[in-house]
Amino acid sequence: MKVAVHTTENNLHTHSFDIEGGNFSNAGSVSTRIKSILKQIGLPDDVVRKSAIVCYEAEINVVSYAKKGKIILTVTPKTIEIEVVDEGPGIPNIELAMKQGYSTANQHIREMGFGAGMGLHNIKTYSDTFNISSEVDKGTFLKMIINAQ
Amino acid sequence: MNIETIVKKLDLKVRSASDRLKNNITGGYTGDLLSDVMANSHEGDIWITRQVHQNIVAIAVLKEHAGIILVNSCEPAQDTLEKAVKENVPIMVSNLPAFELTGKIHNLLAEKK
Repeated sequence: MKVAVHTTENNLHTHSFDIEGGNFSNAGSVSTRIKSILKQIGLPDDVVRKSAIVCYEAEINVVSYAKKGKIILTVTPKTIEIEVVDEGPGIPNIELAMKQGYSTANQHIREMGFGAGMGLHNIKTYSDTFNISSEVDKGTFLKMIINAQ
Repeated sequence: MNIETIVKKLDLKVRSASDRLKNNITGGYTGDLLSDVMANSHEGDIWITRQVHQNIVAIAVLKEHAGIILVNSCEPAQDTLEKAVKENVPIMVSNLPAFELTGKIHNLLAEKK
């Protein structure tokens, strides 16, 4: 796993993690890494828990649908920012994709217990700020902010 | 209550991380939908599921579950087992269906409180 780390005055940490599309054997490893970074920083349990859920769902979406993607974690004194950018099919109807229970997952994904149409809904629920944009045949961009206290 | 107690009382077969049976169980969660387990289970839970593929280990690591119990005598897939050994996640197998197993563990946890 390639990890880039930058530290600037305003950001305590910025980390970038690559995700490989279709590789279910590694699915969750980026989220586990991010969780341990946030724990090490000493953030409250609830903040770490919410961040881990958001990261995991986003990571699974990249693995399930995209060719590849990236999660960029930025920790500032007040917020945890999680940006996810992928190269994939994009989402033609974001409003529909946000609906709990709506999924375009194939049978293989569903058999593993994914594709219940909860991913984006969970991401929104556990984020304090949520933004999504997508372009068909290009990819999807998510930005989530979780308040640090 | 630790894992060893339920292994003995409920005759579970331990398939990985047998050195982690002192892991304390603080609660439990039953489910096969990974997003549901991800969102609603807690650290220290024993996770009861019918899923046998390797992504259950990633969830258990991320959520810091005490361990995983597979129901209906289902065995973990080979890559699941390898990952569980590597990550030191206890996986147990029960011959009971999820409903009965959940009820029994729920009662054991309630007795201890």
